[in-house]
Amino acid sequence: MADKGKLAIYWAASCGGCEISILAINEKILDVAAAFDIVFCPCIMDTKARDVEKMPDGTIDVCLFNGGIRTSEQEYMARLLRQKSKVLVAFGSCAQEGCIPGLANVTDRAEIFDAVYCTSASVDNPGRAVPQTETRVNGFLLSLPVFYDTVRTLGQTVPVDYYLPGCPPEAPRIWDAIVAILEGKLPAPGSVIGAQTTVCDECPRQRNEKKVKAFKRTWQIIPDEDTCLLEQGLLCCGPATRAGCDARCPRVNSPCIGCYGPNAGVQDQGARLMTALASVIDSQDPAEIDRIISEGIPDPVGTFYRFSLANSLLRRAAKVPDEQRHELPLPKAAGAQE
Amino acid sequence: MERERFEPRIIGFFCNWCSYRAADGAGTARVKYAPNVRVIRLMCSGRVDPSFVLKALASGADGVLIAGCHPGECHYIEQNYKTMRRYAMLTQTLRALGISERRVRLVWASAAEGTQLAAAVDEMVEDLRLLGPLHWSANLREEDHEAAFEHILHEHEQAMEVTR
Repeated sequence: MADKGKLAIYWAASCGGCEISILAINEKILDVAAAFDIVFCPCIMDTKARDVEKMPDGTIDVCLFNGGIRTSEQEYMARLLRQKSKVLVAFGSCAQEGCIPGLANVTDRAEIFDAVYCTSASVDNPGRAVPQTETRVNGFLLSLPVFYDTVRTLGQTVPVDYYLPGCPPEAPRIWDAIVAILEGKLPAPGSVIGAQTTVCDECPRQRNEKKVKAFKRTWQIIPDEDTCLLEQGLLCCGPATRAGCDARCPRVNSPCIGCYGPNAGVQDQGARLMTALASVIDSQDPAEIDRIISEGIPDPVGTFYRFSLANSLLRRAAKVPDEQRHELPLPKAAGAQE
Repeated sequence: MERERFEPRIIGFFCNWCSYRAADGAGTARVKYAPNVRVIRLMCSGRVDPSFVLKALASGADGVLIAGCHPGECHYIEQNYKTMRRYAMLTQTLRALGISERRVRLVWASAAEGTQLAAAVDEMVEDLRLLGPLHWSANLREEDHEAAFEHILHEHEQAMEVTR
């Protein structure tokens, strides 16, 4: 065989599930090994950032980058791997749209540090020590990366060639992408390698007209196995979620939670989900509508943007909510005197 | 010292069949009202996808005003009921993200209600003056971002020197 390609696999703000999903292609990993040398993958082998820094630009043929950008170190690695890679793939939901780490964009660094290091029930930290970026030990300066207020996606940090959705991407879709890369049959740069339709299209359940008087949580009912889950009142994200998983969750009586992100041509998955769900609520009375929503969807952000908050149009919650603004000096009203 | 008066920027999504004509009627009748709304005409308030509102807010609008036909009077039979439900869904979500429903309003105005629509605009402008600018992009600014990145870049360069 001619020269092997060079493959890098890196993780930033993620859980490690993406690496496991790569291994779920089973024996086909041998085909990957036949085609590529893995030159950098701290998850499975002893490779360092230094090894990458020493490479000439564009050395790596394909870099599968999973994880969002939460710290300055992750941003550094994203920029470094962009520089050294011919093809940079945002691999999985975290890199594509922030995913669960991005859901922390409802809060900020100070609140996260407070919860994790000070007020959590299992923490004993009366001095309220929280991580600092620099400290001196025996005259030497030691430093830690800066923890950002807002999780960003890989695409918001550096130019990305392809996106592979999913939390994690399903093994057959990973294989499809690898084949596309090996055969050079890739779509236009910047596009998502995946289906152009929604989970509903892969879902075998019977769909009728939907009229919902109350949204139910999964523990409240045992759903009928053949009928659309949304019709039964379960909040299923299928209508607004990209296909690719073969409707795994609905097939086992569990509603889609939206991990494959927005469908083709959609930026804001939550907005699409709101549109879809608003259409099925069976009420024309504003008070009843408000009640159905607040009782059935107690956490709208966590429901509509469970995987995509960091890549949504707003990207995060307001740092100072409107309801706290009365604590700030209000701007002058018309004609008022100082 | 007197501060400059805050002029809120409001994006309006008005239904072609009623509210846009109400605004047109207000103009023809020379009703005076606040000039803060940039009106976008849609065929129906049911056309307003929540992403339009989110994009407006993310791009610098201080508020969004959606105006449609009264319930029961939709040109497309019942689309404005969907608007009503989407609006409820959207405002509950926005509240959780720290954006008050005072910034995103839904009003019903028939083609004959130019005066009422003008009054609703005036009221919203006054209310947003009290609430202040939204200035969404400020939320995305990372206080020490540049310095943090320069620092880590410098560290890695230093480490490279050592290993050489």
